[in-house]
Amino acid sequence: MIRLNTPITNDNIKELKVGEKVLISGTIFTARDQAHARLINEPNPAFDLNGSIIFYVGPTPKREGFAIGASGPTSSYRMDKLAVPLMEQGLKVMIGKGNRSEEFRLEMIKNNAVYLIATGGAGALLSSKILKSKLIMYEDLGAEAVYELEVKDFPCFVAYDVYGDSIFKGNQ
Amino acid sequence: MRQINLEDITKLTKKAVIKINYNLNNSLVSLIQKAKEKETSVLSKSILSDILENQEIAKEGNIPLCQDTGVVVVLLEIGNQVSYNGNIYDAINEGVRLGYKEGYLRKSMVTHPFNRVNTKDNTPAIIHTKIIQGDKIIMKIAAKGGGSENMSKVTMLTPTEGIEGVKKLVLDTIFNAGGRPCPPLIVGIGIGGNFEKSALLAKEAIFRDLDDSSEDVIIKKLEDDLYNEINDLGVGPMGVGGDTTCLAVKINYHPMHIASLPVAINIQCHSARHTEVIL
Repeated sequence: MIRLNTPITNDNIKELKVGEKVLISGTIFTARDQAHARLINEPNPAFDLNGSIIFYVGPTPKREGFAIGASGPTSSYRMDKLAVPLMEQGLKVMIGKGNRSEEFRLEMIKNNAVYLIATGGAGALLSSKILKSKLIMYEDLGAEAVYELEVKDFPCFVAYDVYGDSIFKGNQ
Repeated sequence: MRQINLEDITKLTKKAVIKINYNLNNSLVSLIQKAKEKETSVLSKSILSDILENQEIAKEGNIPLCQDTGVVVVLLEIGNQVSYNGNIYDAINEGVRLGYKEGYLRKSMVTHPFNRVNTKDNTPAIIHTKIIQGDKIIMKIAAKGGGSENMSKVTMLTPTEGIEGVKKLVLDTIFNAGGRPCPPLIVGIGIGGNFEKSALLAKEAIFRDLDDSSEDVIIKKLEDDLYNEINDLGVGPMGVGGDTTCLAVKINYHPMHIASLPVAINIQCHSARHTEVIL
């Protein structure tokens, strides 16, 4: 098991190998389909992409007294093409679920980034690892807006590493 | 004629959509528990533990099981001796609207394929209506996630492709979907009818009791064979490999044209959220 603190460095990326459990602490950002479509053309994003972690999630509305609603990963493949320009700007870690395209995997390795998965459908469990959430971009997108999350020991598994391995055996 | 008050339809729909998004039914939980005990992959076992822990947290009632609280699908059966004043579809949608607001559930419906503007109350529900005999209204209500629905498909096979053709199609579909639809899965299959009928048969199949089997001998054998062969694919929980790719296979069938063998595969994630309401 590896503990990872944000922001993420190139040295951190080297340590991450397929199948390993990773506990993330620090600041991560949410973005899914529509936020990606906007972010790639964004001259001034509200957060520094360099060394950043993006979590593919659209949470449920939060209740009074809670940091956030249910927050499990959404399927990552929909963000494959849109993730490339963000990796070129320094995005280091993406958290989602499911396999991705070969094109994405090769771009990811080229940009020295990694892809992690969190347990899909475990939105209640994962939300318990999120201490704070703050809306920072695209309020009009509702559940798809960009949130800054403060996480503690947020559990993931390395799905694709920079050494070319995949957790999805026989189905890259 | 038995008079039904549509306000009761609204109240029961609201209650149902909240209940299913916070509680997995016991038969599903026990299937996941059994799968976890049998699972030989350490990584997969830990994912199955997460899924079980998740439903324990959700049933406290503050955080839904999954962030994708789904599109509401209703299989609506209306008895021919029932009468009511007003629009039953409006009454169901009002229940969805109230349930998704008061239950802190995500609103995942957008109005238009291209402008993607959210309807902001998770309506409209997808409602399939059937007239039945008797004086009851039965509503089978599901919250169906987008991830598993996206991996579902309808294929028109030719009749001579037969059972082997159906098996190959199902196995290829599940294998290619990998971890995307959140395995372990419940696989609903509709065989026969025509293009749209097969899809509805597959949807109805995922509402079946987890421990039942088809009454048709050939179809029952196909359910059993596919259950084993899908698990032999080794996709595993969330696609990371292992023994547990599906929890159940349910097949519904219907007569069809001599030229056709329609097959629909509706994939249901492990967070199978549905219930039945009878009025």
